[in-house]
Amino acid sequence: MALQSLDIVRRSATTLPEPEIRLGTGGQHVAKLIDTTKCIGCKACQVACMEWNDLRDEVGTNIGQYQNPHDLTESSWTLMRFAEVENTKGDLEWLIRKDGCMHCQDPGCLKACPAPGAIVQYANGIVDFHEENCIGCGYCITGCPFNVPRISKKDHKAYKCTLCSDRVSVGLEPACIKACPTGALVFGTKEDMKIHAAERVEDLKSRGFQNAGLYDPPGVGGTHVMYVLHHADQPELYNGLPSDPQISPMVRLWKGVAKPLGLASMALAAVVGFFHFIRVGPNETDGGDEEGANEMARKPAAAPPASVEKRP
Amino acid sequence: MTDTPSGHTTGEAGHGSPHRLDTIVRYTANDRTNHWLTAIAFVLAALSGLAMVHPALFWLSSLFGGGPWTRILHPFIGLFMVVAFVFLAIRLWRHNYLQQRDWQWMRQIGDVIANREDRLPEVGKYNGGQKLLYFVLVLCLAVLLLTGFIIWRAYFSAYFPIEVVRLGALAHAFFAFVLITSIIVHIYAGIWVKGSVHAMTRGTVTPGWAWKHHRAWYREMIHAANSRSRPD
Repeated sequence: MALQSLDIVRRSATTLPEPEIRLGTGGQHVAKLIDTTKCIGCKACQVACMEWNDLRDEVGTNIGQYQNPHDLTESSWTLMRFAEVENTKGDLEWLIRKDGCMHCQDPGCLKACPAPGAIVQYANGIVDFHEENCIGCGYCITGCPFNVPRISKKDHKAYKCTLCSDRVSVGLEPACIKACPTGALVFGTKEDMKIHAAERVEDLKSRGFQNAGLYDPPGVGGTHVMYVLHHADQPELYNGLPSDPQISPMVRLWKGVAKPLGLASMALAAVVGFFHFIRVGPNETDGGDEEGANEMARKPAAAPPASVEKRP
Repeated sequence: MTDTPSGHTTGEAGHGSPHRLDTIVRYTANDRTNHWLTAIAFVLAALSGLAMVHPALFWLSSLFGGGPWTRILHPFIGLFMVVAFVFLAIRLWRHNYLQQRDWQWMRQIGDVIANREDRLPEVGKYNGGQKLLYFVLVLCLAVLLLTGFIIWRAYFSAYFPIEVVRLGALAHAFFAFVLITSIIVHIYAGIWVKGSVHAMTRGTVTPGWAWKHHRAWYREMIHAANSRSRPD
């Protein structure tokens, strides 16, 4: 919550536009570039994240691989994922990907969130959770195409990488960037990061990685965390990085037309009922009906026990 | 005047016409309690659910102590509603078989709406619209129960694949809208047909009401009263 309300361009569960006074003043989108080809899997970024954000995950168990903890958690906002992949030449490739929030330009979590202001997107593109507004429903998990948000078992709030919005707002780079010893992590404007990535891709191609490329998936409007991949044609190799992530059509429908149409159907039913009453009036019984009832009661012969409801 | 099971008479006039009914019990105290427990739970579940489905209605969460409390309470209220409804549905099951005359009733929905009840086929304890509502409610609550578990993040969502959770969220919202819209129609019908609210609050209807709106059922009531008063 380090940035000002004037820096917020999108807010969850809010139907009107955010303040637009600063639009057009040349604010830059930021991006973190993760160069998987330079990563050595040292996990300095994980440690820096813990330190800066003051997080301590529970000590887990070793399951015979480097990945630790096993998955993102409410206290582990970033995680080195290790994949052992056999390539077509029969060689082993150890693909290491720093996982965490991708900071989508079109965030599925924000779209799904029902709590006003629990998820915001800043003008610089960072998607941030404001836990004081979080109700703990987990719809952000339902909406996220990357399986990133986690709900704490203790306080039932949703947590994920903030892209160190508090640091970025005062001109610092995120803690993980600061800690990376190989330059695999760089941070800057999105434009600069794309230029840097293009240089890296060119270099990789000259070294024989013909399919090297930048991962900036257009299905979510691009992301503010991007990858340089040796195998950009097969992002799934990197522990299931989705090749074409999008907000699920079901989430779009659920949080799109279903909401206004649903409310409209309820309102319509009430309005139609009201005007039916105004035009037709109540359906009342009168003396004639009581007389009819008495008539039937006096002539039981004429009133055979009509069918009790029977199965058709 | 005590409640007796549906179909029994109360306050029979004694002189010469043992089969005459002064008032007819339509809903026993247990029926009414069951109905209103379901209804109260429905209102609370609907309000708390609407708070979470549309931003314009998030203020409804204040009624439940804020957003997190709304999120916590909603599924338990919903569960209570389903349990209460199951008893109600079992009680009413045998009165809701759809018959030929019910389809005819539905085909003449224009006469229903225009209040031309005399043109409609005879109606048993429930008319075609009420039976249709019955089955819509059974369907809605079954789906809401199932999908409610799927999207209950605190305890169950982690056991389902994400695509199932997404479908569950969509289906839960859709069937909730169908349910709420149906109940709005149900409430209006109760307001429109005078005497219906009395039936569900005090339990009884007048013979004229039964004769006009549920004549086949009224005939059964007479027959039952006669066979009781003349056990020959």
